Amino acid sequence: MRKRQPKNYTRLTHPLVRDSRDEPFRQATWEEALTRAAEGLARNRGAFGMFSCARATNEMNYVAQKFARVVMGTNNVDSCNRTCHAPSVAGLSAAFGSGGGTSSYEEIEHTDVIVMWGSNARFAHPIFFQHVLKGIRGGARMYAVDPRRTSTAEWAESWMGLNVGTDIPMAHAIGREIIHAGLANEAFIERATSGFEEYKALVEPWTLSLAEKVTGVPAAAIRELAHAYARAERAQLCWTLGITEHHNGTDNVRALINLSLLTGHVGRYGSGLQPLRGQNNVQGGGDMGAIPNRLPGFQDILDPDTRLKFESAWDTVIQPHYGLNLTEMFEAMEEGTLKAVYCIGENPAQSEADSEQAVRRMRQLDFLVVQDIFLTRTAELADVILPATAGWAETDGTTTNSERRVQRVRRAVTPPGEAREDIDIICELAARLGHDWKYADAEAVWNELRSVSPDHYGMTYDRLEEHQGIQWPCPSTDELEPTYLHGRLWEKDPAARGMPAPFGLVQHDPPVDLTDEEYPIRLTTGRRLDSYNTGVQSGSFASPLRRGEYVELCPEDAERYGVVVGEEVQVTSRRGSVVAPVWVDTALRPGLAFMTMHFPDEVDTNQLTIEANCPIAGTAEFKASAIRIEKLPVATIVR
Amino acid sequence: MDLHFGDSKPTDDERAAVDALLGPPESSWEGADRSDADLRWARGGREARDRRDLLLPGLHAINDRIGWISEGALDYLCRRLTVPPSEAYGVATFYAMFSVKPRPATVLHVCTDLACAAAGASELCAGIEARLGLGSGVSVERSPCLGLCERAPAALAIKAGDPVRTAVSAPATVHDAVLAASAPDSAPEEPAAAMAVPQAGDPSLVLLRRVGLVDPSSLDDYRAHGGYTALRRAFELGPAGVIREVTDSGLVGRGGAAFPTGRKWQATASQPDHPHYVVCNADESEPGTFKDRVLMEGDPYALVEAMTIAAYATGAHKGYLYLRGEYPRALGRLEHALAQARARGFLRDDILGQGYAFDIEIRRGAGAYICGEETALFNSIEGYRGEPRSKPPFPVEKGLFGKPTVENNVETLVNVLPILTMGAPAYAAIGTDRSTGPKLFCVSGSVERPGIYELPFGATLGELLELAGVRDGLRAVLLGGAAGGFVRPDELDIPLTFEGTREAGTTLGSGVVMAFDDTVPLPRLLLRIAEFFRDESCGQCVPCRVGTVRQEEALHRIVQRTGAAAADDIALLREVGRAMRDASICGLGQTAWNAVESAIDRLGAYE
Amino acid sequence: MTVVPLGIPRRLLEFTIDGEPVRTTEGSTILDACRAAGKDIPTLCEGDTLRPKNACRVCVVEVEGSRTLVPSCSRKAEAGMEVKTDTERARHSRKIVLELLASSVDLSTTPHVAGWIKEYEAKPDRFGPDAARLNEEPRIDNELYVRDYDKCILCYKCVDACGDQWQNSFAISVAGRGFDARIAVEHDAPLTDSACVYCGNCIEVCPTGALSFKSEFDMRAAGTWDESAQTETTTVCAYCGVGCNLTLHVQDNEIVKVTSPHDNPVTHGNLCIKGRFGYQHVQNRD
Repeated sequence: MRKRQPKNYTRLTHPLVRDSRDEPFRQATWEEALTRAAEGLARNRGAFGMFSCARATNEMNYVAQKFARVVMGTNNVDSCNRTCHAPSVAGLSAAFGSGGGTSSYEEIEHTDVIVMWGSNARFAHPIFFQHVLKGIRGGARMYAVDPRRTSTAEWAESWMGLNVGTDIPMAHAIGREIIHAGLANEAFIERATSGFEEYKALVEPWTLSLAEKVTGVPAAAIRELAHAYARAERAQLCWTLGITEHHNGTDNVRALINLSLLTGHVGRYGSGLQPLRGQNNVQGGGDMGAIPNRLPGFQDILDPDTRLKFESAWDTVIQPHYGLNLTEMFEAMEEGTLKAVYCIGENPAQSEADSEQAVRRMRQLDFLVVQDIFLTRTAELADVILPATAGWAETDGTTTNSERRVQRVRRAVTPPGEAREDIDIICELAARLGHDWKYADAEAVWNELRSVSPDHYGMTYDRLEEHQGIQWPCPSTDELEPTYLHGRLWEKDPAARGMPAPFGLVQHDPPVDLTDEEYPIRLTTGRRLDSYNTGVQSGSFASPLRRGEYVELCPEDAERYGVVVGEEVQVTSRRGSVVAPVWVDTALRPGLAFMTMHFPDEVDTNQLTIEANCPIAGTAEFKASAIRIEKLPVATIVR
Repeated sequence: MDLHFGDSKPTDDERAAVDALLGPPESSWEGADRSDADLRWARGGREARDRRDLLLPGLHAINDRIGWISEGALDYLCRRLTVPPSEAYGVATFYAMFSVKPRPATVLHVCTDLACAAAGASELCAGIEARLGLGSGVSVERSPCLGLCERAPAALAIKAGDPVRTAVSAPATVHDAVLAASAPDSAPEEPAAAMAVPQAGDPSLVLLRRVGLVDPSSLDDYRAHGGYTALRRAFELGPAGVIREVTDSGLVGRGGAAFPTGRKWQATASQPDHPHYVVCNADESEPGTFKDRVLMEGDPYALVEAMTIAAYATGAHKGYLYLRGEYPRALGRLEHALAQARARGFLRDDILGQGYAFDIEIRRGAGAYICGEETALFNSIEGYRGEPRSKPPFPVEKGLFGKPTVENNVETLVNVLPILTMGAPAYAAIGTDRSTGPKLFCVSGSVERPGIYELPFGATLGELLELAGVRDGLRAVLLGGAAGGFVRPDELDIPLTFEGTREAGTTLGSGVVMAFDDTVPLPRLLLRIAEFFRDESCGQCVPCRVGTVRQEEALHRIVQRTGAAAADDIALLREVGRAMRDASICGLGQTAWNAVESAIDRLGAYE
Repeated sequence: MTVVPLGIPRRLLEFTIDGEPVRTTEGSTILDACRAAGKDIPTLCEGDTLRPKNACRVCVVEVEGSRTLVPSCSRKAEAGMEVKTDTERARHSRKIVLELLASSVDLSTTPHVAGWIKEYEAKPDRFGPDAARLNEEPRIDNELYVRDYDKCILCYKCVDACGDQWQNSFAISVAGRGFDARIAVEHDAPLTDSACVYCGNCIEVCPTGALSFKSEFDMRAAGTWDESAQTETTTVCAYCGVGCNLTLHVQDNEIVKVTSPHDNPVTHGNLCIKGRFGYQHVQNRD
């Protein structure tokens, strides 16, 4: 089999500029590039958006959002967490007032039942899955809910292959079964939740047999999961993008959270909710306020006291309303109300659903400055390109992982050429736009953040070093908090218990892109073990596992279309069409196909996906497109 | 588990062999055709992973049917049992009787070990190979002791198929062995087990009392000869009473370690962890030992009854009988005996109407001496490589499947029957104060009447050899097998008791008494012993894995040397031997130097 | 509801090491106690993230009343035990184990072993020029790491790390028996036909350099590998959101190897293929 290597990117070593979009880039001095960038941004004040980076440090994200809010006077700041886990944050904060996963990795080693829902952690989060395996080896029973029988699912006591986009029916049926079997935790519901009666009425129609019809999973299997989860003394519910990358991702998250409220599997050691983050600092980017609705420390912009605190700390005025999220910014480009973008370390030209549309919209911008370590497809659209350092190996700072653990990132290698650290570059631009910020180093940024974010206050660099990372919240420099969140829900004293967690009253809403005679196959997407996102990072090492992009079909479909492994076929959705070779995977069933977005230069899968967004979180429905497969007139076999 | 499988597919025969053991696959994930239901719901997890112990039986099933284990067959078995192929490969390559490379359907194992070597095994082997020639469809393999020493030289033919066929040729001639290999079905019947018991019929016998008198296939005949009176007595005494009797009898293990059986049973019975298991170690592989084979072939129900008593006393409901892979006739007799016992209510639920349930499963070894080590045997049953575990924890606490386990040798277990029927005091009156009861000795080599002898503890080596008709020109006697030690012809007054042999600086071991006359070149004999240990070392610990190689190399160098010319290598042997004895994980490495050392020090082998 | 488990307080037990009384917590090994007491006992197959295998037997000590020597790495300390770490008998076995290994295996990249050979006056050459060796050629079947089984002491650590103790991929096992036993994938196939997922967690635990990054292997072959010129910096992986700690080994501003701290709460020393090998993009500098 031919080992197809994806495009190999070379580091940017000098600033690049061009006078018009028709011209090629030319090398420029930092002085020229920064001046041009400052001018481009200055003339678009009021129509500006910042794409911050979920892969850069907390410190960079802090400075980037401060740049947007203080220098550009806007809350239009967001990052690619929008394309993956924003629904988790939205759903968790709606229920608990805080957007973080509630448990720690270690707890899953000491739990009794583990539910992996829409998560192939074995491939996408291998080291988290080692903690799961420890749990399994220690006697925990794992249940997997996933359309595909993934490597993760192969470890399960029971795998349930539901139809794509039927997570809510499944969750509601589990909820109903728990209630009807008398397994709901009434004491917890009474004390710590609200809206139970409405929830009970909501799920009542979702009998096991109706759920079997809608999800395709046998009623007995759903019942078994319901009973196992409810009867467990401790249980962990984990999910990934199979839940969030839907047009109703936040609703999906709420439906899962409901199950934890019903059973009291939250707020205790070993019991909790664990959304697995896709990028190294998705959690931290949001925590630092690089999102349109929160200030650093996940503090709500709409809260006047919070605004006041930041206004006095930053000597500025903060817009008293939410900014645009990434999805809305793209829509605003189309409308012409967003004209300049400062894009740091993101590659939306390839990572957005319906990527052709995203590129078209960015071309309409008056000014685009891209700060990256590579000349990505997005950078190719820019007016000014600023060469940066690699956050994880060439920069000091911190990142925050899926268990809310803030950990130190350290500079190990010297960046190439004239590449500079993100924070330096942002500060240079800020200076040119009238704000003279002085940060001696990343620690100085961090200490400023600590002073405005109570949840981070206790985390000095020294303590982070000493404890190999600390989980938030950490309000004190002397103590550590429990490893799980929301223990308050179990307090006897109502005052200490705080706001009860509301059940989410969410309805089933099938995928937007319906399958029909013309587009009979459901395409879902995901990650492979050795590759990552658009392949810019992962494409450079010689992975023996890598075989390039394929459209994966089940054996029955391959036979039906008369295609064999390696044969190129036309894959067409209502939005676009690509040619991809066929791979046959027994983990799939008839009518279900799988692709990744790891090799966009080879097969641009996101030409097929639909930009049907979650109205709450703005995440697109990457997980459910309708496609058709056509045999090419002349068979080409890729070997 | 997310196992990885290659592209190789099993043949229909291989699939049928596995399915015959495990039943047809239940879902496409296990190898059946894909169904809609499979693509919506799959079961797995703990239950699927818990079938690991069927790996060894599965490998046997394939090897029995095909003669070797192909990639496709191994993958299919792994898929059925949720076992990683790499681990299954590690297990398959651990055992000498399996091959992962193609070979002829018939394998002729020709014993080249001590007794057979002295009886001309190498000439026999050469003759067979010459007669068969190339492309004969028979693979001739030199084998460690086949446990047929009373009829040396011996050969065992195994012809794969459905069913697998076996034939023993002993004493073997080139003609007989070739016949057995080419047409095992028409090979002459083996002589009765009683032929290995020169004392057969002697009314004073205790352990061998029934051998030759009862029909080994008949449960009724067994009962007519006093069978199952001991179990009835056990139920009267209750578990604690049985343990008291066994303790009071002074019975100690007959497998070589001589641990007090009553204490072992008591320790297992008192463990709070459950379930408890009883394991019978019938992996008789010590070169020169064949007593367990004769017992199992000649009086199989006795072992079934004895295991039932052991289980009852220690609170076990499941027993495993780990039988040497090279004992096809014992396997047949025991399988038949178990089926009869089950059919007649002597096994399974409500034994003798006492409300007590117990059953026995036979597990076949596959050619690994190390699996006679008690913890290696557990690993072998569990479907892992037969590597010894480190102790503590001891089996009584964490044994088979990590549960409290009492493991006894065949001879030890069979002693329990007379203890219960005659009572502990009467039993303890046999033998000496510290070595009570009767003992079986496996006499072979330079004697007129080789075979199994039963004597009360305390008889001297000379008396035993006299009984067996020792031939003239005696040069040395090997006591205890390859792991034992040599004594000189002038030491025949050594009393055959644990304390007597210990005082004489040697060992009783498993009861091997092998006589060598002065025509046998001693250095060659020692080299064969060293080869044996090098072959049989599991490879887990350094002292044994490399030490047995260095020992063999040194013995090779001095095979023709004496005196000063051998002195350096003898010094080297002593140093390596001492480290093997001190630092090896298990008894194999710890004893691998015993026989060589005794030959140097006692016999003056290189003087 | 359950509260945060604080862990059951462990009892202390007392025993002696080389005549000196020591106290240790129940469940500790003799080796733990010896190390706490400052005793220098050589180890090879012992790994801080793995259950003791006690296969190499270089850590044996004498325990009063025990017929044989005792592997300190796996034997739990017991109250009243009398442990002697430096007797002639223990030293003799250690010496022989070192000789047996050094005469059959290439120990040139095994840390500490040269010092122990000197300390124990081991003379591996005395088994003669014809002493059997492993005689294995390095297996280079992929671009990420090399298996040089001529350096393998069969400590089982890679098998345990790949198996049920950490990775649960079960790509490798011990195959064969005795001196012929080798680490192998099923059917002794190349790694690329196996269940290997190239996490490199086997390299992380290999005590002899039998398993190494291809970058290290190539640099050693070229004579440019220089640990004294390397820096080790711990940072956080830039791939998924799990937050694995990576220790980057850098020589001449090039990442040449990646490990992870064994006491890290996220990784316990383990990484996946991306974290372990996916660093090349930062140094695609031209």
